[in-house]
Amino acid sequence: MFRDAALVAGRDLRIELRSRVVLWQVLPFSVLALLLFAFAFGPSQARLVQSAPGLFWLALLFSTVLFAQRSRALEGSPATREAARLLGLDPAGVFLGKTVALFLELVVLEVLLVVGLLLLFHVVVVSWLVLIAACLLAALGLASASVLYGALSGEARIRSTLLPVLLLPILAPVLIAGVRSFQAAIKDGAGLSGRWLGVLAVFSLVYTGLGIALYGPLEEN
Amino acid sequence: MRKQLDRWLGPLAFVLVALDVWLGLWITPPDQVQGEYVRLVYVHPAVAWVALYVAFGMAGLCSVLYLWPRTRSLAFDYAAAAAVEVGVVFTILTCITGAIWGRPTWGVWWTWDARLTSTALLAVMFLGYLALRRVPAEPHVRARRCAVMALIAAVDVPIVHFSVNWWNTLHQGATVLNANLSPTIHGSMAWTLLLSFIAFTLLFVWMVIARYRLEVLRHSGERKDLDRALSERRAEGAEA
Amino acid sequence: MVSAISLQSAVAVAGRFPVLAGVDLNLDEGTVCAVLGANGAGKTSLLRLLAGLTALERGAGSVLGADLTKNTSGLRANVGFMGHGVGLYEELLPRENLAFMIKAARLDPSGIPDALDRVGIRGRVAATPVGQLSAGQQRRVVLALLVARRPRLWLLDEPHASLDAQARDLVGSVLEEAAAGGATVVATSHEPDIVIPLADVVVTMAGGVVTERYAGGRMGSSDVS
Repeated sequence: MFRDAALVAGRDLRIELRSRVVLWQVLPFSVLALLLFAFAFGPSQARLVQSAPGLFWLALLFSTVLFAQRSRALEGSPATREAARLLGLDPAGVFLGKTVALFLELVVLEVLLVVGLLLLFHVVVVSWLVLIAACLLAALGLASASVLYGALSGEARIRSTLLPVLLLPILAPVLIAGVRSFQAAIKDGAGLSGRWLGVLAVFSLVYTGLGIALYGPLEEN
Repeated sequence: MRKQLDRWLGPLAFVLVALDVWLGLWITPPDQVQGEYVRLVYVHPAVAWVALYVAFGMAGLCSVLYLWPRTRSLAFDYAAAAAVEVGVVFTILTCITGAIWGRPTWGVWWTWDARLTSTALLAVMFLGYLALRRVPAEPHVRARRCAVMALIAAVDVPIVHFSVNWWNTLHQGATVLNANLSPTIHGSMAWTLLLSFIAFTLLFVWMVIARYRLEVLRHSGERKDLDRALSERRAEGAEA
Repeated sequence: MVSAISLQSAVAVAGRFPVLAGVDLNLDEGTVCAVLGANGAGKTSLLRLLAGLTALERGAGSVLGADLTKNTSGLRANVGFMGHGVGLYEELLPRENLAFMIKAARLDPSGIPDALDRVGIRGRVAATPVGQLSAGQQRRVVLALLVARRPRLWLLDEPHASLDAQARDLVGSVLEEAAAGGATVVATSHEPDIVIPLADVVVTMAGGVVTERYAGGRMGSSDVS
């Protein structure tokens, strides 16, 4: 399983590096989202700082939908998907590989957004540990849920409108827990962050587990 | 046995609901604190129970049974879909009856408390399931996708519940199953409450059975289609 | 002789349409079989059934000893499929595509440069992402994948389509090498003149069933059907 995961992760990342869709299309969208939020909630400094955690997580969530689409699209045309099916890859390995690749891309996005928070919203971080833990745990959960739902949503044409409807309600706990964790990291230091980091951890574990178990039945024929 | 069930289930469910309404509106006494508004307790919790636990639980269970190779059968797919469809209706009813109750007692039609928000999210997930169902695909492919989605949603619901709960809460605590397990509601009110649960559950069962039968009928037509299509296909070959 | 393919009244559906309406076919290992027929006769569907991509709706069948009514995923390692579409990742180079697929199939990737060379993918072409190659070049890359994989069963859907004369000769010689190595080859085609000389057995399809079967023109073949 891990061997196939490494192979698939390598493939996804290599295609992404070559095509740079994430670089030129998804990341600009995320930055744009932050800017639009600033227009909507600013320019009052106090209000921006207060809404910063929420806006970060909203920007991340909406970008995740784009990432989920892209991750699925990497599988290629129907002919390519069939050719890959004939290779006999372990589906759990494929799921894990795609999740790892997407996880890495999401972490890159989070770094970008955090920089945006620091520079554009003038946020001051008290507890970097909580912030980083929240980002990493959430990225894993978002990645695994995205890969799983990407596989659920069918052909590209329908997927473009269906995937957001399916994915976003599921991600609500990540939004809530993420925002609370960030609020703790910015103002109170540790605060109640333990509980919220716990939610993120449980979410990630559950979805990674579900993906490993269910990706196979989903893709089989 | 099945014919008996058919004949009695629907009327029985309706009779029990009517009984519940009669008892609730006229016979039971008003509450000390809430006054007449308490009468919604004979509708809202039961409907919510059906929507959140019965419908969702059934959809989840049938989905697992479908995905498990030994019990794989499209019948479970149809059952899960029926449960979700009726579940959506009950979920929306939960929100409506809750809002009707909330307006006079809390002062607002809607508020962001844990139970309401979780239920709204659940309604959206249900709708997502139905949207997925409408995507054209081979029966088993569609069944697989929907089963996986139902399973994921079922697992996600507790996570959502706790998250939203810790986020905010205003809803009154569980009336019957609170921490001490001693009911805070007594006498005729308690009996009527129990009756309401039974009545609405039976109503749900009746609706799901009807919906399931509809789905089975729709697909039995397809089997006969295949035989006809086979002979047409061979004929087209013979002509060539 | 060992049976490679055995189908009895095989029915396969796409949605509600029966693409295969009762196919009977028996082939021994090491046979080259050409499948002819008009558009819509079911040639592609037959290949997909043999590859395990489409399920068997009715009837019985086994491919390389694996029962088609049961789980077909074990079959896939032994089957090489060349379909209509280009089954490659467009952003990757030919060698990267092959590397992924060969490693995924748990085979030795050292044979890749030779395989690419065999089909004439060299130099500048080999350094171009697959999406930017011509249709003919893409098909050559897919052929290289089959050469590198050396499957026991080769399934090719109109392998001569979009290829120039030189490439067609290439396909012919690659198939001959495969058969000489003991592999079973099933190729569909619209062009009998090209494919019959290559085949031991020729089969014609119409209306989702096999309607004719006769010996092909391949040297040293004798069809025992």
